[in-house]
Amino acid sequence: MALDRWIALVILMICLAYGYAAFFTMDAGLPPFMQRNPIWPSTFPKILSVMAALVALAVLLGLEKGAADPKPMDINYRRLTDYKIGQALALLGLMVAYALLLRPAGFLIATVGFLAIGAIILGERKLHILIPVALIAAGVVWHLVQQVLGIYLRPWPFFLGTGG
Amino acid sequence: MLEGIMIGLGTAFSLTNILMVIGGCLIGTFIGMLPGLGPMSIIAIMIPVAISIGDPSAALILLAGVYYGAIFGGSTSSILINAPGVASTVATSFDGYPLARQGKAGKALTVAAISSFCGGTVGAILLMIFAPALASVALLFHSAEYFALMVVGLSAIAAFAGSGQVGKALLMTLLGLIMATVGEGALFNLPRFTMGIMDLQSGFGFITLAMAMFALPEAMYLVLDPGRSKTEGSGEIKDLRITRDEARAIAPVIGRQSVQGFLIGVLPGAGATIASFLGYAVERNIAPKEEQEQFGKGSVKGLAAPESANNAACTGSFVPLLTLGIPGSGTTAILLGALIALNVSPGPRLMLDQPEIFWAVIISMYVGNVILLILNLPLIPYIAKVLAVPRNYLIPFILFFTLMGAYIGQNNATELLILVGLGICATILRFADYPLAPLLIGFILGRMLEDNFARSMQLYDGVGFILERPMTMGLLGLAVILVALPSYRARRARLRAKGVADAD
Repeated sequence: MALDRWIALVILMICLAYGYAAFFTMDAGLPPFMQRNPIWPSTFPKILSVMAALVALAVLLGLEKGAADPKPMDINYRRLTDYKIGQALALLGLMVAYALLLRPAGFLIATVGFLAIGAIILGERKLHILIPVALIAAGVVWHLVQQVLGIYLRPWPFFLGTGG
Repeated sequence: MLEGIMIGLGTAFSLTNILMVIGGCLIGTFIGMLPGLGPMSIIAIMIPVAISIGDPSAALILLAGVYYGAIFGGSTSSILINAPGVASTVATSFDGYPLARQGKAGKALTVAAISSFCGGTVGAILLMIFAPALASVALLFHSAEYFALMVVGLSAIAAFAGSGQVGKALLMTLLGLIMATVGEGALFNLPRFTMGIMDLQSGFGFITLAMAMFALPEAMYLVLDPGRSKTEGSGEIKDLRITRDEARAIAPVIGRQSVQGFLIGVLPGAGATIASFLGYAVERNIAPKEEQEQFGKGSVKGLAAPESANNAACTGSFVPLLTLGIPGSGTTAILLGALIALNVSPGPRLMLDQPEIFWAVIISMYVGNVILLILNLPLIPYIAKVLAVPRNYLIPFILFFTLMGAYIGQNNATELLILVGLGICATILRFADYPLAPLLIGFILGRMLEDNFARSMQLYDGVGFILERPMTMGLLGLAVILVALPSYRARRARLRAKGVADAD
C-alpha cells in the first residue's frame, strides 16, 4: 500500500476518534439551557467528522482515479535512505532540544548552540567563522526582539537573573 | 472611489508606510531568492514582526511588500540558477534559464521585471475597479450566504487541485476545519477537543501552523536533498538593456497575460501557479510557427507571459480576500490570519469601516511595483550574491527563524514542540503528495465558517435556512458541482478512451 493511502488510513482513524468524541462524549457536560439551542458545540464537529471520514475512506480505497502517469515527485519516499535522512532527524532532534533548553539556558546560549550545532550537523567545520557568526546573529536577533519589538526574552541562564 | 483613493494616497505616502514598502520589497526579494523559500514561508516568518508593528495598515503594507518582493526574488532564482522557489515561477524557468545560459541573464531579468511590473500594475487597476463593485454586492449577504460562500471557496480550492488530487485536497481542507475546532471558541465558551492539554486551550496557533505547514517542510526538503539548494551559475550579470524589437514583441503578450492572469487569480484555488502555466501555454499556442520553436529555448515572449500572468494573479487573489474575507490561496490565507491577529476583519465591511486600510493596500501595490522596478533591478547583481550563502549556514538560520516566529507569537516553549511535531507530519504529508495549502485555508476559515453556520441555525431554528434562502441553496449546489465535476469529467474521459460512452 502506498504512503498516501496509509496516511488516509491514519486520518480516517483520527476522524473516527474525533467523531466518537463529538457524537458520544462531548454533549454530556452540556448545560440544560444550551440543550434548547438548535446548534450545540458538537453540531459542526459531527458534520465534519462524517464528511472527513467519508473522504478519507474514498482516498483510502482509491476511488478517485488519478492521471494515468504519476508525475515525478520531488522526493521519492521509497528511497528515503538515499537522502540525508540522518541529518534531517538530527536537526529535528536539535529543534526539540532547543525548545526544551530555551528557558533554562537562556536565549543567547541556546541560540548560539543551535546555530553552531546545526551547521556542524550539516558538515560545517570552519569553527573560527561559524562561532562568531552564530554569536553575532544571536546578539542581533535578541536586540531586535527585546529592544525593538519589545518582547521579553530571557538572555542568560536561569541562575544569572532575568537580564535587561 | 476617488475619495477612497485620496485616503489611500494619504495613508500610503506617509513616511513610515513608504519605508514599510521599501523594506518589505527588499526583504522579500532577498529571502525569496534563496532556493526553497517561497512567499508563503517568508510571509509566515515575517508575521510576528508585522503584528508587533501594531498599525494594521502598516503591517499589511509590509506583508504585501514582502509578498511582491518574494515573487520577484523567486523569478530571479528561477532565471539565474533554474531553482524556482515556488510553483508559480516554474514556468519562468522554462525560458528564463536558457536565456541565462546564453549569457543573457541581464536581459532576462529586465524582461521579467518589466513583465512583473506591468502585470502587477494592471492587476492593481483591475482590483481597484472590481473590488468595490464586488464588495457592494457582498454587503447584501447574510450569515447564511457567507457560510455557503465559504463552502464554495473551500470546494473550489479542492476542485482546482488537479487530476487525481481532488480527494486529497478535500481531505486536507476537512482536516484543517477539524483542527480549527480545537480549543475554546467564542460562540460556546466551552473548550473542545483539547484532550486535557492546557496549551491547546486556545487552539492551535495560526503562526505555528503556517510555519509547520510551509517553512519547516521546505527546510527539511533542503536538508534531505542537497541538490535542491545547489548554487551554480556564472554570477556575472551585465547588460540589462532590451532592444526596441523585443519590447515590441512582448508588449501584446504582457497586455493579454495581465488581464488573463488577474481573472484566474480572482478564482479561489486557481492562483498564480495555474495562471503562469496557462499564460505560457496560451502564448505558445497563439505565437507564429517560427516563434513557437523558440519557446523553451530562450524566448522573451515565453518569459514575459508567465511573469506578467503570475504577478497579475497575485494581485487578483486579493479580490476575494479584501471583499469577501475568503482567501483563495495559501499566501492570502496567511495574510488573512495576520489581519485577524491585528483585529481587522476583512470582508465587505472593510471598505466602509476602515477604508484607509483597504485603499492604502491598493495604493501600496503601485508603490511596491515601482520600487521593485527602479530599486531592485539595478541592485539585482548585488542581491544575487545572497545565492552564494552556503547551505550549512542557510538551513540552521531558516530553522531558527521558524522557531523564533512561533515562539515570539506565543511566548511559550511548548508551542515549539507542537511546531516540530506538526512540521514532521507536514513533511510526511508532502512526501505523499498531499497539498498543504488547503489545510491552512480550512483552518483559518474554520472558525468563521462555524460562526456563520451557527448564527444562521439560530436565526432559522434549524437547517431550514438552506431551503428558505435561494441564494444559499444555489451556492451550496455550486459547491457540490465543483467537487463532483473533476471526477465526472475524468470518468467520461476514461470511458471515452475505452470507446464506450459517447451516446449523449
